Amino acid sequence: MRILSLAGRRLAASIPTLFLILIGVFLLLQLAPGDTVDALMAQMGGGDAATARELRKFYGLDLSVPAQLANYLWRLVRLDLGFSSIYGKPVATVILERLPPTILLMTASLSFAFFFGLIFGVIAARGVNRWPDTLISTLGLIFYATPSFWFGLMAIVVFSVYLQWLPPGGFEDIGTVQTGIWRIADIASHLVLPTLTLGLIFLAIYLRIMRASMLEVSNLDFVRTARAKGLDETHVVTRHVLRNALLPMVTLIGLQAGTMLGGSVVVESVFSLPGLGRLAYESVVQRDLNTLLGIVFVSALLVITVNFIVDLLYARLDPRIAAEG
Amino acid sequence: MDAMKRYLRSPAAVIGLILLLFVIAMAISAGLLYPRDPLALAGRPLIWPFSNPRFLLGTDNSGRDIAAQIFYGARISLLIGGVATAIAIVIGILVGAFSGYYGGWVDNVLMRITEAFQTLPNFVLLLVLVAVFGSTLTTVTIAVGVVSWPAPARLTRAEFLSLRNREFVQAGKTLGMKDIHLILGEILPNALPPVIVYASVVMAVAILLESALAFLRLSDPNVASWGNLIGLGRDVLRVQWYVSAIPGIAILATVLAVSLVGQGLNDALNPRLKGR
Repeated sequence: MRILSLAGRRLAASIPTLFLILIGVFLLLQLAPGDTVDALMAQMGGGDAATARELRKFYGLDLSVPAQLANYLWRLVRLDLGFSSIYGKPVATVILERLPPTILLMTASLSFAFFFGLIFGVIAARGVNRWPDTLISTLGLIFYATPSFWFGLMAIVVFSVYLQWLPPGGFEDIGTVQTGIWRIADIASHLVLPTLTLGLIFLAIYLRIMRASMLEVSNLDFVRTARAKGLDETHVVTRHVLRNALLPMVTLIGLQAGTMLGGSVVVESVFSLPGLGRLAYESVVQRDLNTLLGIVFVSALLVITVNFIVDLLYARLDPRIAAEG
Repeated sequence: MDAMKRYLRSPAAVIGLILLLFVIAMAISAGLLYPRDPLALAGRPLIWPFSNPRFLLGTDNSGRDIAAQIFYGARISLLIGGVATAIAIVIGILVGAFSGYYGGWVDNVLMRITEAFQTLPNFVLLLVLVAVFGSTLTTVTIAVGVVSWPAPARLTRAEFLSLRNREFVQAGKTLGMKDIHLILGEILPNALPPVIVYASVVMAVAILLESALAFLRLSDPNVASWGNLIGLGRDVLRVQWYVSAIPGIAILATVLAVSLVGQGLNDALNPRLKGR
């Protein structure tokens, strides 16, 4: 219960942040050349000034900027994100349609990066300054410096063009209608390359942090005590070192949630996945500012949610936090 | 001097330095080796690398020399990376310094703003900025700088928090020194080393951010940048994959060089933390 109230307080504290973001980006977008009506008129193939005036009035764009902002925030409270003139649907509907691939991709990449980062970090720390450590640390540095979109393209060349093992893009095979387990397998095969591409840089970060944190914890007194008790090495590492070394890793998930969402913009564009990131890119290219603002809102919301979950996880891993709360 | 010796003893740091110097040399010599406009038509399109001595790295889909674009691209990457990092570090230091020195409501307000910037994914904010201000070299550089300042700000703030009650600051206060003098002249020089080392991380990320933007064709199309070339090569990826592959290696090498130098500096300046 204590954990929940603690995490809940952190959650409540992020509401002002959310408003700050929305107000800031709303005002910023006022500076953008062209508004929804311009985009709409262009979509319709042009129109006269009277129609434009009429439409601006309809969308409330003839009001002053503070009044528009107040309107927007009030609609937001009722979860109305406005209307996308490009897609001809409410922004909320457009975003909801695009959300599942992104969440699936992010979860998969995060699990991949976390799991392998943990394993490689432990291996590197166990053999510190010997060849496994050097090899893993070097690979980590190279992965960290690899531009994700470039890695994605090269993976397409190798695995889709030459070896033809995996599809080069898309979310599922549209040519054939599949159901049940086959559909899941199909989607999974489409997500292998994007997951690796998005997860690579995070794998590099996680293995580095895991290695450092393993090394730090193994020098602490309670580990020496555990060894002195005569516990075998595996037991010391899994039961005593690992649990404590995991804390910085979990913190990092929260810190990196935004970066990962940003990375998915690029990765989804490389693999033409119909996700939120690709929608963000499309709305910039098509000047669909309403949708862009909606995406800003939803991505901030996603980051806040991830941080809430991380808070809960953290308290679960480290009982001291809940006790001190 | 000690720090320099320690730096040169680490092989990774030395490799990073050599790589970085090589990239800088490429940027400087671009005009000498390739006096013509790198974006001008040079020969037949899609010549494979090493097949024609005139175009060592081949030509792209529109017949422009890839090697020339790589050399000029080094200029763009270093320019954008350097200037954006400078912008991010300056904003970060100002925000962090005031926040850490004054505490109270100043700290509260500034940290709320920092949090807002950290909650919004920086690439999404970058897209918003580009959508609003357009994508010229100047706006993209400033935009990359503007999305990168929160981490240096937090770092500076932490340093200021630990330094602001030290004796030398109290002595300065007793002498009647002005706040601004204390912040910039007394505390900042002591808080600076970790922030400068962190600048290498900011620069590595800045180069990656710009190249991703260029790859999506949202950066300045009128300059020869590595990201632009990768985006262009995507159209002929299935067969002429080298058009995308070559500039990618250039980005990888540059970002690797910057991070290795940063890490080397960090280890050299904080010898106790080496190996972490």
